Amino acid sequence: MTPAAKPLKTGRIAGPLDTVVLVGASAALWALAARWVGPQVLTGPVDTIGYLGGLFADPEFRASVWETTRAFSLALAIAWASGLAIGMMLGAHRLTGEVAEPILTALYSIPKITLYPVILLFFGLGMPARVAFGAIHGIVPVALFTMAAVRGVRPVYFRTARSLRLGPLATARHIILPACLPGIVSGLRVGFSLTLLGTLIGEMFASQRGLGHMVIRAMETNDVRLLIALALFLVTVATGAGALLLAVDRRVARLGAGRG
Amino acid sequence: MTRAGLLRTGIIAAALGALEAACRLGAIDRFSLSPPSEMATSALRILTSGEYTRDILVTFATVAGAALLSVVAGFALGVLLYRLPRLKRAADPFLASYYAVPSFIFYPLFIVLFGLNRWPLVAVAFVFAFVAMAIASVDGFLSVRPILLRTAASLRLTRMETLRLVILPAAAPYLFTGVKLTIVYAFIGVVAGEFILSGSGLGYRIAFAYQSFETATMYGLMLILICAVVTVNMLLWSHEKRLHARLTR
Repeated sequence: MTPAAKPLKTGRIAGPLDTVVLVGASAALWALAARWVGPQVLTGPVDTIGYLGGLFADPEFRASVWETTRAFSLALAIAWASGLAIGMMLGAHRLTGEVAEPILTALYSIPKITLYPVILLFFGLGMPARVAFGAIHGIVPVALFTMAAVRGVRPVYFRTARSLRLGPLATARHIILPACLPGIVSGLRVGFSLTLLGTLIGEMFASQRGLGHMVIRAMETNDVRLLIALALFLVTVATGAGALLLAVDRRVARLGAGRG
Repeated sequence: MTRAGLLRTGIIAAALGALEAACRLGAIDRFSLSPPSEMATSALRILTSGEYTRDILVTFATVAGAALLSVVAGFALGVLLYRLPRLKRAADPFLASYYAVPSFIFYPLFIVLFGLNRWPLVAVAFVFAFVAMAIASVDGFLSVRPILLRTAASLRLTRMETLRLVILPAAAPYLFTGVKLTIVYAFIGVVAGEFILSGSGLGYRIAFAYQSFETATMYGLMLILICAVVTVNMLLWSHEKRLHARLTR
């Protein structure tokens, strides 16, 4: 959660290679663990990848992926848009921010999984419940990060804007937005992860469709192979997206540092 | 109380009042949501009757155990990542997306490994929580200003002395944030696990009350859980704010 990671002394090529080595080492550990506890408890990496490959031909799996993608996109759009709006408002107005910050922090800490009966009672089983579950996980972190970013804009920037006679819109566009972009992007990144988590949890408890539902069914029928294959799929997708957003985050942070 | 604090109290009271009115006047279906006053009486009844005391204590003990393990292991991992920058660089994408994967999917695995007792819950909460501590620790270590490290070097401190006398105090606010997150995440992990599969604990009781249509009991238990988590979190948060204020001074 620091604004910018320190530049490390590794070269351009060493970075990706290290990641490959790390993935290889993790796979080896996984294989060893699977060998140790037996395939009834944990299937090995080779089996799992083979099984996952077969899953892509399964229409039910493809339908689940599509369902989850739809619910997640909608939830993410809601979480990002409202989180940004709330965060900007709270960041720009000092007193409102002071009033709301502890409330947001408290909301952030509640195990939202306990609220699933409430969400179910209001939205029923289905798409709206899943979207709502995803969105409530994502909104608060995006708002908190955005608020902190807007608040962190150095006062001298505002004074410069005033001395240049910029209007409020021009100030927002040319001063505030560029100045707090790194913080905002970090918030969007965290919001992405938590919205995905929320959507999947929503599907696990409040839905008859989607990947989360497949996970809970695999748990109930003790289908270890399916469970581990789904876990691998989710980890891969989440990590891929996370790495992409992290790269954007770093680039923006560097731009910001260069400018400041 | 400050002006912001007064306003905040007013807003919360108004929200609760509006909710109470909406429930009483029938704008919100009674079966879906109890009025806050009924939730509170139900929570009080639960606490005084002692019927659920064991579950409450069991949940808290599990959270405490998992949080303790997570703080220790997360701190150790943070030190490791700090000492090995290449490892950190390689692991960054995984750390960044760690919380997008619901760790609960490994819960059945832990049940098979540990048996159906409290240990799978400790394990699932640990897996969920320790990475937050590791990320906070390594962020804290990296935030230590280079001049402090150069001073330590010029004073010829050993590595352990540098860690103990320079890095740890300088990174303390971050470490504290890590501890706070770890406790919050341990709560989420334990309660989620209890929801999925368990024979005791607050999460289990809430799910059970929901399934048997005992709305009043469900909201009473929820209120107890949420109040407990928010209280713990607010205490830690106010202390954390003080620590961070020290940083910017």
